[in-house]
Amino acid sequence: MALRLSSRFIKTPFLARGYPLVVGKEKGEEIAHSKTTVQKKLLTRIPGAQYGGRHSCTMLPGGGIGPELMTYVRDIFQYAGCPIDFEVIDIDPTSAGNDDLDYAIMSIKRNGVALKGNIETKSEDIDATSRNVALRNELDLFVNVIHTRSFEGVPSRHKDIDIVLIRQNTDGEYAMLEHESVRGIVESMKVVTEENASRVARYAFDYARRNNRKRVTTVHKANIMKLSDGLFLEVANKLSKEYPEIEHNNMIIDNTCMQLVSNPKQFDVMNMTNLYGTIVSNVICGLIGGAGLLSGRNYGDHYAIFEPGTRNTGTAIAGKNIANPIAMLNASVDMLNHLGHREHAKVISQAIHQTLVVDRIHTPDIGGNHSSTDIIENILRILSKKRVHWNHDAINV
Amino acid sequence: MSLAARSLFRTFLQASATRGIHTTPRVEQSSSREAQRVTCTLIPGDGVGPELMYSLQEVFKAAGVPVDFEPYFLSEINPVLSAKLEDVVASISKNKICIKGIISTPDYSTEGELQTLNMKLRNELDLYANVVHVRSLPGVKTRHKNIDSVIIREQTEGEYSALEHESVPGIVECLKIITAKKSMRIAKFAFDYATKNNRKKVTAVHKANIMKLGDGLFLRSCEEMAKLYPRIEFEKMIVDNTTMQMVSNPNQFDVMVTPNLYGNIIDNLASGLVGGAGVVAGASYSAEAVVFEPGARHTFAEAVGKNVANPTAMLLCGTKLLRHINLPKYSDIIQSALIKVLDDGKVRTKDIGGQSTTQDFTKAVIYNLH
Repeated sequence: MALRLSSRFIKTPFLARGYPLVVGKEKGEEIAHSKTTVQKKLLTRIPGAQYGGRHSCTMLPGGGIGPELMTYVRDIFQYAGCPIDFEVIDIDPTSAGNDDLDYAIMSIKRNGVALKGNIETKSEDIDATSRNVALRNELDLFVNVIHTRSFEGVPSRHKDIDIVLIRQNTDGEYAMLEHESVRGIVESMKVVTEENASRVARYAFDYARRNNRKRVTTVHKANIMKLSDGLFLEVANKLSKEYPEIEHNNMIIDNTCMQLVSNPKQFDVMNMTNLYGTIVSNVICGLIGGAGLLSGRNYGDHYAIFEPGTRNTGTAIAGKNIANPIAMLNASVDMLNHLGHREHAKVISQAIHQTLVVDRIHTPDIGGNHSSTDIIENILRILSKKRVHWNHDAINV
Repeated sequence: MSLAARSLFRTFLQASATRGIHTTPRVEQSSSREAQRVTCTLIPGDGVGPELMYSLQEVFKAAGVPVDFEPYFLSEINPVLSAKLEDVVASISKNKICIKGIISTPDYSTEGELQTLNMKLRNELDLYANVVHVRSLPGVKTRHKNIDSVIIREQTEGEYSALEHESVPGIVECLKIITAKKSMRIAKFAFDYATKNNRKKVTAVHKANIMKLGDGLFLRSCEEMAKLYPRIEFEKMIVDNTTMQMVSNPNQFDVMVTPNLYGNIIDNLASGLVGGAGVVAGASYSAEAVVFEPGARHTFAEAVGKNVANPTAMLLCGTKLLRHINLPKYSDIIQSALIKVLDDGKVRTKDIGGQSTTQDFTKAVIYNLH
């Protein structure tokens, strides 16, 4: 009896109740395709990583041209004196396991913010999920924002494009639920949830309101996928009533693509599901000068990841010193803005703009003949004339 | 009479020192970049604080460091001359950086005020994390070699909550407060510090075997946080054992995270291991601001005006400050000059076995700037 009592006493962990904290995965739990509400709530408990006015940020160089671009970012940050400390995590693309990825996710949870190149998933194994998708799902980064703007002086078919793409980032076709029910017949599930659709639509309308945009266009294919895309559209329609000052219309994806290449100026803010988002963003990037210019932002309730807008690895041009670093630099500027270091962000983005538009230093992908390092040297030269306080305008994040 | 003669002599000495300082060439930056000047709040503190600050300012001036100081004399034992706490807090919140001497604290309270000025300053600015980097310096004779550990101390709660009362005459109760939120925060600070500085191990110091609830909570918070950092080794150690291990085998420690009082004790113990209060630098962090101050808190009031205090700790604080504000070049220049002076061993202050004065030491550092 006494033995039983004491064993019970020992087994009950001391202070068993109290502040929960989700750390990594439970045993047997694989990377899920979406998070439950309870899991989301538990993620909030980790305190932020700002110490004495300096921020810690995770840096995932990824594969291909990622590592070289990250070196440029660090050079520029050091030169401009940005109060950011990077925690660099390399993910080995050839490894079968997900140890590095788990560590990277954990690191983003700790720091709250990451700057990321595109991560390669080499493994052809059907069990191996895309690491980029896993990262977004695990951190519940439900929205991807790409602000596409034409750069003056960059050769492109259309001028003065200014469209904000807001894309659902975790649901839809990227749910990674596929199976072969009968031999020769594969089914792939597209998941649309009301919760995530409304989060994205709300983000789009709030964005429009904050930035004085006039119109939100919801892109869909509800004429064919009446239930799934129908739900997405219905949620957007319902929410639009709360934002009477913003015009809301909808457009079918195939028509959208045609309109984009013929008359892109009719679009303002676009609200899309996952797959349509990636198609539309690549179309627009192509219209204004290719993959090397635009940056994308991924937001969840607690974390943010900044990366180049079109998610290309650029393995073919790695190490040749011709990769366009502008996209990654724009992503780093977005990160500085997010962390509240507006002064640094302003100075760096002005230097980028001057390099691209005034000095016309272009890499081959946008019709120039300069190398990546030419661009970086020019930016550093511009920065050397600017004065930035080490901790200007830092606000609490 | 003799007093007057001495002060006259000192004035001459200071004048000559100043002249010597200004003949030193300015350090030229390799690039043509004009760095913006940074303003830093300066609290000289009590005891030898003002002398050490003078030394630091001379070194900064000689190295051409683009830092301007905003001095505030803050003191608890000298309330008439003291600046207002609100002004100091406003200045630090504006500048985000501060360098501070030690403010001495009387042993008893005359007005029934339980919070000391130091505690008020910390609470106002929420300077929750105190980091003391204990490192063996060349040319300082000590029992142990190659000590390099960092002690991270929670300094806004615990025993320093200033909640004491005498419920029945003759019985005083003092409350020690431990909260999950602040314990988590300090644990995360320690692990993030370790990650940032490539450290391998974090040791949590506690006394959870006796204070099962209070220190238990602290320990549990550290354990929870440790799960987020799988690449950093985590161990726990009871505070009494820690002090013994510290004096017998200090090299086993890397980063240590402690509640308030234990941290204070271990800071001082570790400082003693590497050469005393004059050679250890520390810093207190909030999310927004940093206050750099010597690691072991001694005002060295008995040496005031004797020109014997060791400015090493304050100069190391200065180098840490420069690194924090992205001026690593200046930081390296000053640090290597300092290390060279210590290594040569020709100019040593009394506390590390020499006969030189504070001024001689400062001058030696300045002559070694290049």
